[in-house]
Amino acid sequence: MNRPELRHDVRIIDTTLRDGSHAMAHRFTEDEVRQTVRALDRAGIEVIEVAHGDGIGGSSFNYGFSATDEMTLIAAARDETKQARIAVLLVPGIGTVEDLRRARDAGADMVRVATHCTEADVSPQHFAAARELGMETVGFLMMAHRTSPEELAKQARIMVDAGCQCPYVTDSAGALLMHEAKARFEALVAEVGDEAWVGYHGHQNLSLGVANSVIAHEAGVRSIDGSLCALGAGAGNSPTEVLAAVFDRLGVSTGLDVSALLDAAEEVVRPYLPRWPKMDRNAIVQGWAGVYSSFLLHAERAAERYKVPAHEILRRCGELGFVGGQEDMIIDVALGLVAERDGS
Amino acid sequence: MMAAIVGPGNIGTDLLEKLRRSSVIDVGYVVGVVESDGLARARSRGVSASAEGIDWLLRQDHPPELVFEATSARAHVENAPRYAEAGIQAVDLTPAHLGPMVSPPVNGAEHLDSPNLSMITCGGQATIPIVHAVSRVTPVDYAEIVASVASRGAGPGTRANIDEFTETTARAVEAVGGARKGKAIIILNPVEPPMIMRDTVYCSIGADADHEAVSASIQAMVTEVQQYVPGYTLRAEPQFDEVRSEWNGLGRVAVFLEVRGNGDYLPPWAGNLDIMTAAAARVGELIAAAKLAQKAGVRA
Repeated sequence: MNRPELRHDVRIIDTTLRDGSHAMAHRFTEDEVRQTVRALDRAGIEVIEVAHGDGIGGSSFNYGFSATDEMTLIAAARDETKQARIAVLLVPGIGTVEDLRRARDAGADMVRVATHCTEADVSPQHFAAARELGMETVGFLMMAHRTSPEELAKQARIMVDAGCQCPYVTDSAGALLMHEAKARFEALVAEVGDEAWVGYHGHQNLSLGVANSVIAHEAGVRSIDGSLCALGAGAGNSPTEVLAAVFDRLGVSTGLDVSALLDAAEEVVRPYLPRWPKMDRNAIVQGWAGVYSSFLLHAERAAERYKVPAHEILRRCGELGFVGGQEDMIIDVALGLVAERDGS
Repeated sequence: MMAAIVGPGNIGTDLLEKLRRSSVIDVGYVVGVVESDGLARARSRGVSASAEGIDWLLRQDHPPELVFEATSARAHVENAPRYAEAGIQAVDLTPAHLGPMVSPPVNGAEHLDSPNLSMITCGGQATIPIVHAVSRVTPVDYAEIVASVASRGAGPGTRANIDEFTETTARAVEAVGGARKGKAIIILNPVEPPMIMRDTVYCSIGADADHEAVSASIQAMVTEVQQYVPGYTLRAEPQFDEVRSEWNGLGRVAVFLEVRGNGDYLPPWAGNLDIMTAAAARVGELIAAAKLAQKAGVRA
């Protein structure tokens, strides 16, 4: 399978309406989605991701129920685009091929199949289905800090051989330092760079999402994720509007209208933000201890209910090596901290 | 009762160790399609073992009455009609799901005469008893299970078709567990040393549900599962959440489980595999005990 032609030096994929779903506790309204898509489309964003934060099929007790059915949101997004295409996330083990078919019917053009960074061999089933459905494919190797650059490249190879057109270094915990990110970008570009694009998805927990994006471009990465106002899990994602401004200053073409993105962030997204994603103690601990970013709100809720500090819960989650999707373990950890505190 | 194990891999070998302790089942045969460590190990246990597949098994002078299938879904689909023709009952540990789905403490007794019994999935065996424990005392509109499994305990078959796990388990949460609607999630975690299998069960329950009755029912069920999986434990008391609008005005009970395997052949962290072999052995014993009782009844 050939990779798609890219029109610019870097393609920014906006995930405000997917990773941002975590920060919104999965309560996006159709109106918010329509306004955001309109603004992104106008600013030149070519791919807009829309889904529950944990991907299609993610609406659940474990991750939070979607206030509006995500298929409704995908269809609404599709309805608003003039040039952009709609992507969805699919995490095998949570979402299924059946969910993908429904997303395709609702108007999704691209799927981003996400596995833990060492478990790419659960994804071929979904890449094969995506190919049959005529969808463009991206592969997320999540928690990319948890394995070596060499192993990550091998996992990218599994995805590309299965039909993935663009494997991603996905820094779900916002934990990758610049040299660590660079080593992973270079390893993936060396392994699959002749046949696929390489992507980068960053989080701001250690404030390195944008810096790592610049390094990514220098290393040959061609697809980079951002969210307006950083709206995403943990301290949020690399802000799309900042990426656009930085690449503009660097003379790296993205095809984006920086002013239009600044307007979109300020006038469309900011009014509906429950809070501006920021590097507070809890989020920094996530980057520091390497914790999946979407654990943040769940840990805060467990902290409130069980009266134990959220940052201690998160740090313990890092020590225990939980991976994306194990949100249930947050309650378990909180109960463990309660038991320790009460000496039982 | 004379039994055979078809498929001498990790699962079949662990199952053999478990069934060797049984007073009602006698594993006379272990069958593979190539010579393997599993077959050698079976022979060292004094069991007739062959790499000539079920052709060999079916031409034995004293064929088994019961076969445990630990091969693959494809192999079981091929083998099942031949077992049926020979009058051999099959306990199916593969994802073929030809017969009724069975969770021993929930519906084990209902299907003892069925020619083919499906052991659902590992996550199903770990969680469906709990869903049932809740739904037998209060209506469960929706149940969701999350199975976390050590990466090393998830074989290539599971990985190649992980949707099969989520879809089958969700269906069984409804059909066997008794939830109106079911959902299943599986997570693979590569942490070293390998994590012991963990399962979380969430059930939505009404505002007026009797929490004490729900908790007591869950505790009773855990004790029952412990009869065949001693390492099946609650990590904490069941956690009750009050009704919420985003939960359709329902409340929730959350149950946190750990499934530590018995370490018969599989390592203790592989609770997901252990609970499959333990449940299959349990079902086999129920079948054998029922047959024995029947024969005793006839004689009397």
